[in-house]
Amino acid sequence: MSQPFRLPGGGRIDRSKPLSVTFNGKRLEGYRGDTIASMLLASGSHLAGRSFKYHRPRGILTHGSDEPNALLSVDWRPEKGAGRRDPNNRASVVEARDGLSVSTQNHWPSLETDIGVVNDLLAPVFVAGFYYKTFMWPRSFWDKVYEPVIRRAAGLGEAPEVPDADRYANRHAHCDVLVVGAGPAGLSAALAASEDGSKRVMLADEGFALGGSLLQDVTSKIDGQSAAEWVEAAVAKLDARENVVILPRTTVFGYYNHNHVAMVERVSDHLDEARDGLARERLWQVRAGQVVLATGSHERPLVFENNDRPGIMLAESMRAFVNRYAVAPGRSLVVATSSASAYRAALDAKAAGIATRIVDIRLEQDCGPELAQARSAGIEVLTGHTVIKALGGKRVKGLVVAPLGNGGAIGTRRTLDCDCVGMSGGWTPSVHLFSQSRGKLAFDAELDAFLPGQSAQAEISAGACHGVYDLKAVIEDGAKAGGGNITVEATASFTGFQPVRVLPTDVDPGKVRAFIDFQNDVTAKDIKLAVREGFTSIEHVKRYTTTGMATDQGKTSNMNALGLVAGVLDRPLPSVGTTTFRPPYTPVSFGALVGPARDELFDPVRKTPIDAWAEANGAAFEPVSLWRRAWYFPKAGEDMHAAVQRECKAVRTSVGIFDASTLGKIEVVGPDAAEFMNRIYTNAWSKLKVGGCRYGLMLREDGFVYDDGVVARLAEDRFHVTTTTGGAPRVMAHMEDYLQTEWPDLDVFLTSITEQYAVIALQGPNARKVLEPFVTDIDLSEEAFPHMAVREGYICGVPTRLFRVSFTGEAGFEVNVPADYAESVWKALYEHGKQFGITPYGTETMHVLRCEMGFIIVGQETDGTATPDDLGLSGLVSKVKTDFVGKRSLTRPDITAEGRKQLVGLLTKNGQEVLDEGAQIVADPSAQVPMPMLGHVTSSYFSSNCGRSIAMAMVKNGRARMGETLWVTTPSGFTEAVVAPAVFHQVQGAKADA
Amino acid sequence: MLEVNLARRTPAIRPAAVASAGPIRIAPETGEGRLSFRAKAKALGGREDVAGFAVDGAINSRKSDGDTASLRLGPDEWLFICPEGDIDDAMSAIERAMDGAAHSLVDVSHRDVTFTVSGQNADAVINAGCPLDLSLDRFPVGTASRTVFGKSDIVLARVGHHDFRVTTWRSFAPYVHGLLLDAAKDYAG
Amino acid sequence: MLLIRCPYCGERPEVEFHCGGEAHIARPDTPAEMTDADWASFLYYRTNPKGLHAERWVHNHGCGRWFNALRDTVTDAFVQTYEMGAPRPDAGNASSTATKAA
Ligand SMILES: [Zn+2]
Repeated sequence: MSQPFRLPGGGRIDRSKPLSVTFNGKRLEGYRGDTIASMLLASGSHLAGRSFKYHRPRGILTHGSDEPNALLSVDWRPEKGAGRRDPNNRASVVEARDGLSVSTQNHWPSLETDIGVVNDLLAPVFVAGFYYKTFMWPRSFWDKVYEPVIRRAAGLGEAPEVPDADRYANRHAHCDVLVVGAGPAGLSAALAASEDGSKRVMLADEGFALGGSLLQDVTSKIDGQSAAEWVEAAVAKLDARENVVILPRTTVFGYYNHNHVAMVERVSDHLDEARDGLARERLWQVRAGQVVLATGSHERPLVFENNDRPGIMLAESMRAFVNRYAVAPGRSLVVATSSASAYRAALDAKAAGIATRIVDIRLEQDCGPELAQARSAGIEVLTGHTVIKALGGKRVKGLVVAPLGNGGAIGTRRTLDCDCVGMSGGWTPSVHLFSQSRGKLAFDAELDAFLPGQSAQAEISAGACHGVYDLKAVIEDGAKAGGGNITVEATASFTGFQPVRVLPTDVDPGKVRAFIDFQNDVTAKDIKLAVREGFTSIEHVKRYTTTGMATDQGKTSNMNALGLVAGVLDRPLPSVGTTTFRPPYTPVSFGALVGPARDELFDPVRKTPIDAWAEANGAAFEPVSLWRRAWYFPKAGEDMHAAVQRECKAVRTSVGIFDASTLGKIEVVGPDAAEFMNRIYTNAWSKLKVGGCRYGLMLREDGFVYDDGVVARLAEDRFHVTTTTGGAPRVMAHMEDYLQTEWPDLDVFLTSITEQYAVIALQGPNARKVLEPFVTDIDLSEEAFPHMAVREGYICGVPTRLFRVSFTGEAGFEVNVPADYAESVWKALYEHGKQFGITPYGTETMHVLRCEMGFIIVGQETDGTATPDDLGLSGLVSKVKTDFVGKRSLTRPDITAEGRKQLVGLLTKNGQEVLDEGAQIVADPSAQVPMPMLGHVTSSYFSSNCGRSIAMAMVKNGRARMGETLWVTTPSGFTEAVVAPAVFHQVQGAKADA
Repeated sequence: MLEVNLARRTPAIRPAAVASAGPIRIAPETGEGRLSFRAKAKALGGREDVAGFAVDGAINSRKSDGDTASLRLGPDEWLFICPEGDIDDAMSAIERAMDGAAHSLVDVSHRDVTFTVSGQNADAVINAGCPLDLSLDRFPVGTASRTVFGKSDIVLARVGHHDFRVTTWRSFAPYVHGLLLDAAKDYAG
Repeated sequence: MLLIRCPYCGERPEVEFHCGGEAHIARPDTPAEMTDADWASFLYYRTNPKGLHAERWVHNHGCGRWFNALRDTVTDAFVQTYEMGAPRPDAGNASSTATKAA
């Protein structure tokens, strides 16, 4: 394809840099500075997509990000392979670059011939609320029939089929003033704001060129300069100021609390060569002292029959294609308008040598000076005319117009042949970001628009988004918003429009397809039907008809929809209300939102100092909170079950070695440390001797078990507290909360030492023999170092806090060593332990061994509603202390009531059967559904040490049910189990506390 | 009797991993000893230092003196830094200096890992994951604060215009390191 | 993301903080002497006002300190933050009847 519709001169394209892209497999030519839309028009085609519901052919409606029709799937770097294609890019803003591969969407088999167009013929059934009315019954049809059909027929674009291959960056930034939009108001605001060199100013614009509406302005003069010169000078000035950051290609898409603004910068899609590692997009999170919104306005389409035919575009967009992109959108143009501004488009097109006529809905006497100017330029203007319909299918061929007579009479039709129509129904200020900032909108009847009213944040709107349309006023308004005060001379703009919602017609409006929302295929008829059916709030009309709910958020359609609803209801427009605008302003890629948080940077994967050894020795791992822990150590040919049974046996018969480093550890230090412990734990601590350990139980104020762990007293004023792995952060926070807010008088300090010490557990009858040769300065004899004691000394020459504790019931030690030494200490113990058959074991074996002993795991046996008594741990609750966190709650009526669930053991009748954890327990499986449930299984394993399966459960009145047979759910039904004490194994020989 | 002095250090991030992306240098610090020191104002009695570690700095400041430094992270919280070989002596000296006044001193040398992040745009690299305003007047040289970097807690200190120290817990170090290296790619060109 | 002024560190982004619910609900000195109803009220009952709300925040990813804040629950505006133990700044208008600062 060549460029038959490229104008010979002018435009802001770089004719020295020709380029080509692939469009639906064909070559499309253009220049640097083009968009895909302008290249398509230069080729002579308007056809850019099929509509969402009816698959009607659609053209390019706009030149900006409000484009509803021309959505493209773009492969940004086809030469680099898969993973660089994304859907729903607007042709009107995709910056042309050599080598892009783009395709239109929503059609099959091709854009030219789309089978889905039969939907258009079925339009009478696809009315408003069609989905709600049609797909209600039968339920089974939904999954099997309706949904798959609709999915294939509808949908905007295709989801990428492989992971995104690009890198996305994230950046937090701060500034004193953030200016959104670099049109005349925004540039003027940024200039004023940055005058003071100490103020940090950021200027962001979604376009790749700065200037906004001035980019297509070839006639205005500003202080004697052309619009282009003024923009160039302004940008140069800003660029030279060190306190200004200019961000083109950057869309401000979210305006959050306290001037926290999110924007996405397209970093490299436009670059011919993007170096390795350069991000594709960057998410900016900006905290601004002041935000200046200079976001411009959106032109409204006119609503008439077939107003969606390709070749029909917005008038200002027609002007942009002619002036900015040097493209003739057609050979014979008609500008249809109720707005003065469209005359500028007609005049510019005429000046570019394109045949142009104007149809103005307004009566002659309602027009301004634009009318005389157009006529004196030789443009035929029909005032007081309505547009009945557009002719043509895949391209507009003509416009049927008719004069408006007195009392709504419509005169004789006339057909204006044309191949392109520029329409304008007036302007809607872009108040999306203002609305997102929670500012209150106020309706201005004069401007027929919602304007920014009461601000909720340090924010100010300027220019067209503020309802200011005249160029001179826009520039001055911008300067004022930026904290300046200037006067400029500028060419007067053609402003003012007459709001029309749906153009008058001489045919039955109920038979007319006049589109309000192009992207979601909502017609004027649909909206009228919704109102007739009783939907009178715009929020309801929106949801019922889906108007304004497409990816363009109804930028071009909202006011027409609102006005139509108000008209049908015969109510003033503000009483209908306006819909709420929510982020994002335009669609944002998931890549930008995710940023670097993917793959190994998705979440921190916390590894212990012994993790590398475990990995080298074949460990299988499991995640426990953010940690990855060795789960079991399979030998060749072993499955998990076999490995765990072998590990369990080894610990009970000789010695096992276990990495317990993830246990939370808190050093509690200070003269009031014991008093603090007394208040936080259920147990009493004052009498615990230095060198002693105690199992501690911690409640929340509501009396439920919060955490547990062994606590060692290292000195009168120093405790080494351990917590569960997952509970470490919340236990620390819980303690700090009480210390700071309830007991600030206590002299105690908490320091997390979870990661200072790695913990190597040696468990089993031979544990001491493995340990002995390496320990200095500690007497390991039974008498000197009994169960539940702690000693400080050295192991392998490095300092250790050595605990004589057991979570297995066997004699055991937990060796705390500074983390960097852990791997070599572990290796030394392991090598020496080989003569005893030392066996590394993982969390699964740890779980089985503790279950054999009936030891609970907080978070497994407990669910935040278990009291110490429920767990059979009343013995750990001090009767002497008058108060501790949670004590008062233990005597609340609900806590002491009969029928609470209590921890018990469960033994299946068939010892080989292992219950499911979480399985429900009932007394009578034949009871009527819903049957009364007694509780659930909390832990369940096969125990080779017991030669059978074992389980723990929380069961209503469990302790009174010893010996009772209950029924437990299985995937296929129920199985019998007998209630038993939750202790399954008797340790032989040298027990933990022998 | 087996050889007892056989333990060797295995740091969380090997110093060989001085992977730097272009002009930004990102390297783990080695040989740093760290002490968490806590004391309330009444226990400090207005003194300027404890055994040579400054305790008179403002909250969120870092004072350094030769090869030691004191980071004040909260009203009653400091992180003291000294060469790792000096830790035992420093702890004894601090205990002596406090002379029974209420305080807490805990060795956290192995808990934490510190990275140097230096070079032009080092601030921007840190701002890839840290939401603080790192302009020189808001976060001047000599500032130190606990904050966040991506999904990790860090202690961030500015020791020069383009020179930062990022300290995190040991198990978060690979993540922090990875995120720093990733962010530095933006400034490699 | 809110911007919150920590009394110790100055303005910091919300991500560094954690909210701890309604402020000025002191833990009773002698829980054992309280009726079940009073204890339940202390445990579970909160005012949940529309408008100014005194609430507890902790700068957990910063200085680690708890403090109190007056926040407007309608606009999310922080009217004031103040140290733990200080009385509610607008105590005259406050509905809270707590006497012990906590
Ligand atoms: Zn703070």
